Amino acid sequence: MEPILSIRNLNFYYGEHKALKDVNMDIYKNNVTAFIGPSGCGKSTFLRTLNRMNDFIENVKVEGNIIYEGKDIYSKEMEPVELRRRIGMVFQKPNPFPKTIYENIVYGLRKNGVNKKEVLDEVVEKTLKAVALYDEVKDKIHKSALELSGGQQQRLCIARAIAMQPDVVLMDEPTSALDPISTMKIEELVLELKKDYTIIIVTHSMQQAARISDYTAFFLNGEVVEYDETSKIFSNPRDKRTEDYITGRFG
Amino acid sequence: MRRIEFEGKERMNRLEKAVKIILTTLGLISIFTTIGIIFSLFEETFMFFKEVSIVEFLTGTKWTPLIEPTHFGVLPLVAGTMLIVVIAGLISIPLGLGSAIYLSEYAPKKVRKFLKPILEVLAGVPSIVYGYFALTAITPLIRNIFPETSVYNALSAGIAVGIMTIPLVSSMSEDAMMAVPDSLRNGAYALGATKLEVTKDVVIPTAMSSIVASFILAISRAVGETMIVAMAAGSTPKLTINPLESIQTMTGYIVQISMGDVPYGSLAYKTLFAVGTLLFLITFILNVISRHFVRKYRRAY
Amino acid sequence: MNNEELKRLKKRKMLNSVMHGIFLACTLFGVIVLAVLMIDILRKGLPWLSFDFLKNFPSRFPKKSGIYPALLGSLWVILLTAIIAFPIGVGTAIYLEEYAEDNRFTEFIKLNIANLAGVPSIIYGMLGLAVFVRLFSMGRTILAASFTMAILILPIIIIASQEAIKSVPSSLKQASYALGTTKWQTVTGVIIPYALPGILTGSILAISRALGEAAPLIVVGALAYVSFIPKGPFDQFTVLPIQIFNWAGMPKKEFQDVAAAGIIVLLVILLGVNSVAIILRNKYQIRMKD
Repeated sequence: MEPILSIRNLNFYYGEHKALKDVNMDIYKNNVTAFIGPSGCGKSTFLRTLNRMNDFIENVKVEGNIIYEGKDIYSKEMEPVELRRRIGMVFQKPNPFPKTIYENIVYGLRKNGVNKKEVLDEVVEKTLKAVALYDEVKDKIHKSALELSGGQQQRLCIARAIAMQPDVVLMDEPTSALDPISTMKIEELVLELKKDYTIIIVTHSMQQAARISDYTAFFLNGEVVEYDETSKIFSNPRDKRTEDYITGRFG
Repeated sequence: MRRIEFEGKERMNRLEKAVKIILTTLGLISIFTTIGIIFSLFEETFMFFKEVSIVEFLTGTKWTPLIEPTHFGVLPLVAGTMLIVVIAGLISIPLGLGSAIYLSEYAPKKVRKFLKPILEVLAGVPSIVYGYFALTAITPLIRNIFPETSVYNALSAGIAVGIMTIPLVSSMSEDAMMAVPDSLRNGAYALGATKLEVTKDVVIPTAMSSIVASFILAISRAVGETMIVAMAAGSTPKLTINPLESIQTMTGYIVQISMGDVPYGSLAYKTLFAVGTLLFLITFILNVISRHFVRKYRRAY
Repeated sequence: MNNEELKRLKKRKMLNSVMHGIFLACTLFGVIVLAVLMIDILRKGLPWLSFDFLKNFPSRFPKKSGIYPALLGSLWVILLTAIIAFPIGVGTAIYLEEYAEDNRFTEFIKLNIANLAGVPSIIYGMLGLAVFVRLFSMGRTILAASFTMAILILPIIIIASQEAIKSVPSSLKQASYALGTTKWQTVTGVIIPYALPGILTGSILAISRALGEAAPLIVVGALAYVSFIPKGPFDQFTVLPIQIFNWAGMPKKEFQDVAAAGIIVLLVILLGVNSVAIILRNKYQIRMKD
């Protein structure tokens, strides 16, 4: 299988503190890859290196390579703005813009010069259907997105991300602020979306990783302890620390 | 779904660069303003000191730049300003602090919600209105009590300046006192202290440096206040501590000269800038000291 | 508790009550002064207020005096001041909050702006006189006055806009960047729309400050007596506060009442302007709750 992202010898520093140590990983196309590990283990930091969202933090340093479509995303040829169009992101807390549902979805398109009404209308309808939100909101597409429930807002944020037709969607603990039913809906959605997108999800819940991911990486203190097919990680971990973590002995 | 074509990134990059240059230029305007102030004040001041010695200016006790024989001792103007500042401070500091304590510690929420906007209105009234009030209401009142008071006098203007700066003291002090954590108050209440004791022994000492900063800022504002003193304090530069007499402040002098037709480049014209420079330096130093106190408070929290 | 202690407690409680009363009195002092001031001005000014007062020119006769040229002068100056100060102020705030690097130079600019906010307004008048009137040869015109006022209120607009921009949640900015937008696109797409009510409120308050200022314009050279209508930025002018100042200083007692009428006009305009700010602020707070 061909990887869509290849990470080689990645180190990441917050000032003096080394937050990621020599990470090597291949992320495969049309799969769901989950990152698990105790808080502060570097899984979110790693996720954010993949679309260069860490650029906005002062005093950080990246070493190593992340190869996407044959190019290193930290090289000069790669424009971070361009990169983020192709590698979208969904955040921990739903963060819709204080605009209408419609304008939330087409925001990225408009900013990138797409303004034709037919195109935008089509994208809104298709993405809302893709995130299974269409039936719930079709009558209030031009109402404020802030009127939606938390779960609906998060699905809207996913719709907003896939409206850009990205290759990869990064999800940073997307269900941690949601109730169980909304969480279930998002999980179903993730399984649906992997047909068209590559999904990388950071999760605080091992059960969630087990339920929805094809590959799982276990992070500890900035290192990838183990990275393998999810079934193997959970049934037959190679490393003692992975076993301790998934059996709930720490974390 | 059809593949969407995005705009070329070159146009975007060019726009981005242009925006950055424009915004950086705007950011520099404040620096140019400061340079402009210093340049415009200091240039004429420098010319002034070519003709009048700096020692005479700073230590002379007579200020008669327009009448022969001319004297250029700025002390009478400084003394006039000081007199206004002292009177204003006697009004604004206790009353401002008193209201701050009331609003922060004593007032029920509803009362506070009602009173605070009123004090804000007081702060928003233009100084010209206070000047008018001083001249037409405060002065007649003073003259009723002390008939020997002159029409233009320091007391009336000082009281008006004090009233105007009450909201400054009260809002800044109140903010500082509101920021004192309740845990500190509760500690004292648990020991059986009354509200007054908690205020006096816990709240005020904790918020002290910000409160002092508000006092200094009020003084600085009083030094720079112009229209009230121009209307009500008179235009007689004199070294006096009698608040019932007509005096002149630094700002009052600047207005007086500006209203008349002083020829450009004349010595009288230059006095404008010498006095302005002195005024600028005094308020600048006061503001720096005030900010120092605010920062001290922030560091503590 | 013995008698001695009870007595002391009673005393402490009494002192607390007395001081409570004094603190309340301090607060009420401001309220009462405001009421007296308003009543005094209304009592003196209202009888002089009429449609003629609004459309007449100043005159030697109190009864014929009007405020028309000053009113127009104020409107001209404020309009131009806003046009000059608003884009510069907001632009500077965007620069400082979003573009400038966190270094010593930026710190210096911020400190400098804080210092400028504390400079007495009359000093800005001297800057205006030296730079705009003389150096840039604008003369004693509306244009020079507007530039002077713009520079005067710039720190207020910048500081208020900075606060408004800071209040934009970083999650929204990140969401925008994650959709592949540039900095400027995020500024126009998320930051400005979100911060706009705060920016406008601060700017309107700054404008109302400028409306009430007289001192800097006296130095810049507003006319004491205007018998014509200013038609453009290059005309000479007077403004409401200066007209009021002149009337208040006239020997004829009736002119003091005319001045009160002028103050009423000025205060009504300020009230109108500030109401807009308050309405904006309330709208803003409702949205913040969502």
